[in-house]
Amino acid sequence: MVRPCKGLIMASKLELRGVSAGYGETMVIEGINLVLAPGECISVIGRNGVGKTTLLATVMGHTTLHSGDVMLNGQPLHGMPSFRRALAGIGFVPQEREIFPSLSVRENLDVAARPGPWTLERVFDLFPRLEERLDNMGNQLSGGEQQMLSIARALLTNPSILLMDEPTEGLAPVLVEALTTVLATLRAESALSIVLVEQNSRVALTFSPRTVILDKGCIVYDGESGPLSADPDRLAKLIGIVE
Amino acid sequence: MSVAASPAGGASAAAGGGSPAAQALMRRHRLRWWEALPWIAGMVFYFAFPAYLGFGCDLLVTILFALSLDLALGYAGIITLGHAAFFGAGAYTVGMLATYNIWTEPITSLLLAALVAGLIGFLSGLVLLRAKGLTLLMLTLCTMALLEQAANMAHAYTGGFDGLPSLPIAPVFGVFEFNPLYADTQYLFALGVLFVCFVFVRTLVYSPFGQSLTGIRENVLRMHAIGSPVRRRLMICYTISAAIAGIAGGLWAQTNAYVNLSALGLDRAATVLIVLILGGYGRLYGAFIGAVAYLALEHFLAQIYPTAWQLGLGLLLVVISLFARNGILGLGEMLWRRYRVRRVKP
Repeated sequence: MVRPCKGLIMASKLELRGVSAGYGETMVIEGINLVLAPGECISVIGRNGVGKTTLLATVMGHTTLHSGDVMLNGQPLHGMPSFRRALAGIGFVPQEREIFPSLSVRENLDVAARPGPWTLERVFDLFPRLEERLDNMGNQLSGGEQQMLSIARALLTNPSILLMDEPTEGLAPVLVEALTTVLATLRAESALSIVLVEQNSRVALTFSPRTVILDKGCIVYDGESGPLSADPDRLAKLIGIVE
Repeated sequence: MSVAASPAGGASAAAGGGSPAAQALMRRHRLRWWEALPWIAGMVFYFAFPAYLGFGCDLLVTILFALSLDLALGYAGIITLGHAAFFGAGAYTVGMLATYNIWTEPITSLLLAALVAGLIGFLSGLVLLRAKGLTLLMLTLCTMALLEQAANMAHAYTGGFDGLPSLPIAPVFGVFEFNPLYADTQYLFALGVLFVCFVFVRTLVYSPFGQSLTGIRENVLRMHAIGSPVRRRLMICYTISAAIAGIAGGLWAQTNAYVNLSALGLDRAATVLIVLILGGYGRLYGAFIGAVAYLALEHFLAQIYPTAWQLGLGLLLVVISLFARNGILGLGEMLWRRYRVRRVKP
């Protein structure tokens, strides 16, 4: 259980309207239309290379936007540098965790912390292990601990929308289970809107009532998670594992 | 991984008196006993080698210059081969103010040198810091070459190739004579300036701002993603680094009582880079170790082989690059870690 927050973060609405983006001239995602209501959580699944990470990178402004608009609370983010997007309330947990190796755990958290309801104490409620490792350097952590630190660091920026890119990747099954519990707690006990990109469809479908499936850079499914959990064959077809 | 509440967190925070973040900041700024050693060594040198205080001044100036480069290169990861531009700007500021009897007071002259060098750092940084890697390296080199040529062409004011000799510097605090004949005053003055600048740099790199510089060096994209204004921080760091290099240049002009184009040359820029690589960059004390090692090597190698002493230095740099990438300080840390591991596991 996470202690109740003292401040309040206004939930934000994220909207992608006909977004086509990629790296330089290369287009990776095309014509993406997606609306994330304030406080809503969605999962994005798909095979390798279909554009899941690019979708999040586009929201953060790390890609070349070829057409369309990314909007936060009705305001277009076009041309806004990524640090301003972060200041506007978009938190990002990258796939590679990207911990600063020569900063200690505390310094990794301090460097990101901004005033708001997410404090060190609340983050330690979620990840008690980090409190025990406060004085360890970033490069002395295990993969699981690095993932905890990466999520904790993003939370301390006090975002209103959290983008998570495959947080369970490379973790042992027991850590995946534990992280799933943490994600469920986050969803239930915070006002955050969350976009979870996952390859592990079981984790993704359990996490949120709404799932988006990407294939070849386009959305091929945007709807409830329940029917997909109940119909593995349909899920496999949509993901493109079977014809 | 657990979602259970941690009672220890609140308890430890309450017991410590003050927030955990404040305690961590104080812990980071805490002085270690060995940090007094360079200053003790500086005073021992003063009493033990009164005939070599001129050499001592050169050493202190080199340390200060290397410290300024360490801030930009070692902490913020700004790759530069043109740091002598700011050293020269500081040196010429002090030199021209003194030559034309505009301002000869040594302390405020150094502040003016810092101001001019910092301003050049800021203006050039507006352009330079948009580039990365090799482009950045070349642009810093070009900035230095431009300043060198400007100083050469404006020989009516700068003395051109001949420079500005016999700078009249006023006594320190109006009491202590300040010229190469009074090397003891110059040495203590230089030591004092280095100490003040070092305390400033140390405070800066251990502050949250310093942490963010480390973050930028290690992962720019990540710093952007956590909302850090990377370019603004790099600009601030580069300007401060340039100002400190300007102080080093001004101090060099004051202690030698002359300025010439060598203050702005590639030789000086390369030397300070070698000093930092030798000592270990991004470590504060790497500048001290590197400067001592470089000047000692220069002295002894020149005695053995006066015409090609750089050959020995080059070979040593190859060895350092291959086997001790973090410099002498990094090598020492590695050996110390191994020793401690062996002591734990006999």
